[in-house]
Amino acid sequence: MSGASAMYVIVVGAGKVGYYLAKQLLQEGHEVLVMEKDRKTAEALAEELGDIVMHADGCEVRSMAEAGMGRANVVVAVTGDDEDNLVICQMAKRKFGVPRTIARVNDPKNEALFQELGIDQTVSSTRIIFNLIEQQIETSQIIPLAALKRGEIEVVEADITPDSPVAGMRIGQLELPPNTLIISVIRDDHALIPHSDTKLRPGDSVIAMIKAEREKELREIFAGRKI
Amino acid sequence: MKIVILGCGRVGSTIASVMSREGHDVTIIDQNADAFRRLSSDFSGKTIVGNGIDEDTLRRAELDRADAFVAVTNGDNRNIMSVQLAKVRFKVPKVVARIYDPIRAAAYAELGIETVCTTCVGAGLIRDKVLGREFSTFEEYLRLGITNASMEGEHERR
Repeated sequence: MSGASAMYVIVVGAGKVGYYLAKQLLQEGHEVLVMEKDRKTAEALAEELGDIVMHADGCEVRSMAEAGMGRANVVVAVTGDDEDNLVICQMAKRKFGVPRTIARVNDPKNEALFQELGIDQTVSSTRIIFNLIEQQIETSQIIPLAALKRGEIEVVEADITPDSPVAGMRIGQLELPPNTLIISVIRDDHALIPHSDTKLRPGDSVIAMIKAEREKELREIFAGRKI
Repeated sequence: MKIVILGCGRVGSTIASVMSREGHDVTIIDQNADAFRRLSSDFSGKTIVGNGIDEDTLRRAELDRADAFVAVTNGDNRNIMSVQLAKVRFKVPKVVARIYDPIRAAAYAELGIETVCTTCVGAGLIRDKVLGREFSTFEEYLRLGITNASMEGEHERR
């Protein structure tokens, strides 16, 4: 990474996630400060990483000021407590105008809430692992590929199995949930730009953009039964 | 009114007991069932064991029908998060959070969350008691806390 794009990143929480994150950021040439409120944990980390570790509560405005939060490009809150991560990011934004805040979220249900409450980005390892497992479940047939607009809109991939009721149907015949857009049909490793006459065949994969709350309906249409 | 209280410590259990006695419909939540022993014997409200920053727990407390929500656990951040959850997800008309840290209390008050900084209020009351003065106002007590915790070192963003 070139010096010009180096950022000042404050990591709050020196657990496993904070530790490896700090090491990786340092390796890439960024300026890093780790804040940890447990003295033992902070001291142990300081032995390895030196004076970039600060023994302080990342929710205290005074410590945040000492850490130079006013000039941080990114604040990452990765403690084990969702409520702490929320407050760290909100205070960083509100009191110090930090342009980008990222919170680790343990309970995946909090992701949407945190985004509504002004946190720029959230990461939930629970959600990521859950999604990985879900992709393996054949009956669901629909794989989430990406989330846009803070998860409001999803890009999903649906495989057309031989027993799917939509196999053999034209796209124009499908009764899709409102605001669903079929972006592409993948057939024999080629991405087709579909139109209403495109006939779906078993073995096709359909890439669609859909409102997140409609995903289940789409699943049911492709599976031909209630899920 | 229907009020939901999070945290059955000394403050929470007192609010719950008093308001129940005054005829309000009170529900109190705590993670620890033993905490409910602090409630007065004539408490006629509901008790719920659960985590107050979990939507499901708050739904069990029928927060969607509540007129007010009060968060008085020992954790400032827990109180802050749960009142925001109550506001955003359950549209509770009145939410109040007890916050020990004066600066955090002021910051969230600016965000439109009603906060009571018991550190500031307690310090002010005790000062006035010691000096034999008449008690001052809530607002003056809050200013005491902020002045003491002076924001030295906090710079405006360049």
